[in-house]
Amino acid sequence: MQHSKTQDTLVGLFVATGIAALFYMALQISNLGSYSSNDTYTIIANFQNSGGLKIKSPVSIAGVRIGRVSSITLDKETHESVVEMQIDSKYNNLPDDSGASIYTAGLLGEQYISIDPGPGISGDFLKDKSKIDNVSSAIILEEMIGKFMLNKAEGK
Amino acid sequence: MFEFLENLGKATRSSFAKLGRSTLFLGHTLTGIGDVIPRPNLLIKQIYSVGVLSFLIITISGLFVGMVLGLQGFYTLSDFGAEESLGVMVAASLVRELGPVVSALLFAGRAGSALTAEIGLMKATEQLSGMEMMAVDPVKRIISPRFLAGFISTPLLAALFSAVGVMGGHLVGVGMLGVDDGAFWAQMQANIDFQEDIINGVIKSIVFGFVVSWIALFEGYDAIPTAEGVSRATTRTVVNSAFSILGLDFILTALMFGDI
Amino acid sequence: MANSESLEKNIVSIKHLSFSRGSRKIFDDISLDIARGKITAIMGPSGTGKTTLLKLIGGQLSPDHGQIHVDGQNVHRLKSKDLFNLRKRMGMLFQSGALLTDMNVFDNVAFPLREHTHLPESMIRSLVLMKLHAVGLRGARNLMPSELSGGMARRVALARAIALDPLMIMYDEPFTGQDPISMGALVHLIKSLNNALGLTSIIVSHDVQETAAIADYIYVLSEGKIVGQGTPQQLADSDSEWVQQFMNGNADGPVPFQYPAPDYLDDLLSSHSTTAN
Repeated sequence: MQHSKTQDTLVGLFVATGIAALFYMALQISNLGSYSSNDTYTIIANFQNSGGLKIKSPVSIAGVRIGRVSSITLDKETHESVVEMQIDSKYNNLPDDSGASIYTAGLLGEQYISIDPGPGISGDFLKDKSKIDNVSSAIILEEMIGKFMLNKAEGK
Repeated sequence: MFEFLENLGKATRSSFAKLGRSTLFLGHTLTGIGDVIPRPNLLIKQIYSVGVLSFLIITISGLFVGMVLGLQGFYTLSDFGAEESLGVMVAASLVRELGPVVSALLFAGRAGSALTAEIGLMKATEQLSGMEMMAVDPVKRIISPRFLAGFISTPLLAALFSAVGVMGGHLVGVGMLGVDDGAFWAQMQANIDFQEDIINGVIKSIVFGFVVSWIALFEGYDAIPTAEGVSRATTRTVVNSAFSILGLDFILTALMFGDI
Repeated sequence: MANSESLEKNIVSIKHLSFSRGSRKIFDDISLDIARGKITAIMGPSGTGKTTLLKLIGGQLSPDHGQIHVDGQNVHRLKSKDLFNLRKRMGMLFQSGALLTDMNVFDNVAFPLREHTHLPESMIRSLVLMKLHAVGLRGARNLMPSELSGGMARRVALARAIALDPLMIMYDEPFTGQDPISMGALVHLIKSLNNALGLTSIIVSHDVQETAAIADYIYVLSEGKIVGQGTPQQLADSDSEWVQQFMNGNADGPVPFQYPAPDYLDDLLSSHSTTAN
């Protein structure tokens, strides 16, 4: 039961260092630092083929991430992929005729949605639960190769 | 032939008996934790002996592991032109797996075996018996504080291991091998998810801490009170802890990271 | 601590106790009583289970048959809380002292006080110093158990055992392996504490001389049964060959010198045969 002041101090230091390490991991190593998932609104887009898009895939405009994919489901009637995205509320001036396309980051990278802000003819913006009509599906590698081969064959 | 089966049967039965004893022991220990809270002195002393004294081995090992990851990772990734991903690789390996697992193994070896030896020796010198006769519950007084200390220390040690490891990886990758500092951190931050990776890593280390402390304390408590008995018990602690950690790691990893 | 004013003349009453460990019968239907205020010794050869008896009295082990009553209460029928309280009133001195090795002498003696009472540290200090003084080790209060000699460790353990002013103290082989001076000190302590504090003492030992010198009543156990009982004088005058052999320390008698073996001459002459034993 006897323990000195030194022991107490060292224990305190140890616990403090351990907690500091946890914070370090949280902020420096992970994405917690840039994770401000408080206020978001939902926008929906239907794609013919959402390819390799996953939940939490990024949604960006001009390369700046403004949100993430929150769910991907299948519309039973139209057999299209229904993708829901959570957009950070501070980006609330997206024209309602903006387009959404699925791109691939790098050659073998993960897929993401890029929003292309439209001309804003109607003057309205995308709001919660708005739907984007202008969509461009993911590029499927096999289709590309197929087209390429076809063109090559025709061009010959 | 018969003898073999007979011995197998006996061994199985005694294994089950031991499992039963250890579970009752765990229950007893957990109920004792309530008594530890109002007596922080006991706890602090144990955290000192279990956590603080493991600090050095954990940080140094973490540093080296991180450095090796940086080195190995760099050579492998550069074959694919993907050196910039070194940060993610090092951090992911550490936070998800190496941090919790290696620090738990080191903990079992250093602190676990020390706990087993201490308790075994107390049993051999009749200190536990003596306490019982003085109407003090030795489990609540001696075992529970040590259990709580182990349980609290392991996640902290795992975090230290991972944090120092990342720094080691940075030292080697950015400092020595020329990986771009910005890319190192940026890719890491973009791809290591707080909930998926960090929290899961912490959960793993908590589970490991629970199991290792349980094994170490029980083996000591259950040891045959002779010199040989205590020495065997310490060996069992390290071996059983290693099996449990690695086995649980597989199960936890499959549960946590299986579906992403 | 306050005693319940039981009118029992015997503080400990053991009736028809049977206890086996594995296949070995350690106690076979024995009955004995420990009188209040007296020093009672339980003697017998090594391995007769004398320590086991103390553990049975203290409730650490349960008998297969029979009952043990301490201060009017049936030890093994008590609920843990009551057993807990009963143990606080029993002091036990283990063979090795069983001091807690991670604390010094003072803290060891203070242990039961700190665990079981809410007395302020100043009072605890006074009590501890008093107990240590009674065993003659007040000056050793800051030493660690590893720094004590065997005899000193036992005296500290004794101070700890009387810390809560128990009803009775059980001594497990207190004289074993002691040099004459420590032996003398211990013998003196046991006797004077018993009288001064009005304690009851139970000594378990196989040291005939020392024990007979201070015991008021002796039970001699062998092979699970009581083979002799009485005051030291009665036993010295006993007719029983067994008791005589034990009390006088004769090499041969009812407990034979030679471990059972075949005929000596036969064994020597047949040394050329394959079975060497």
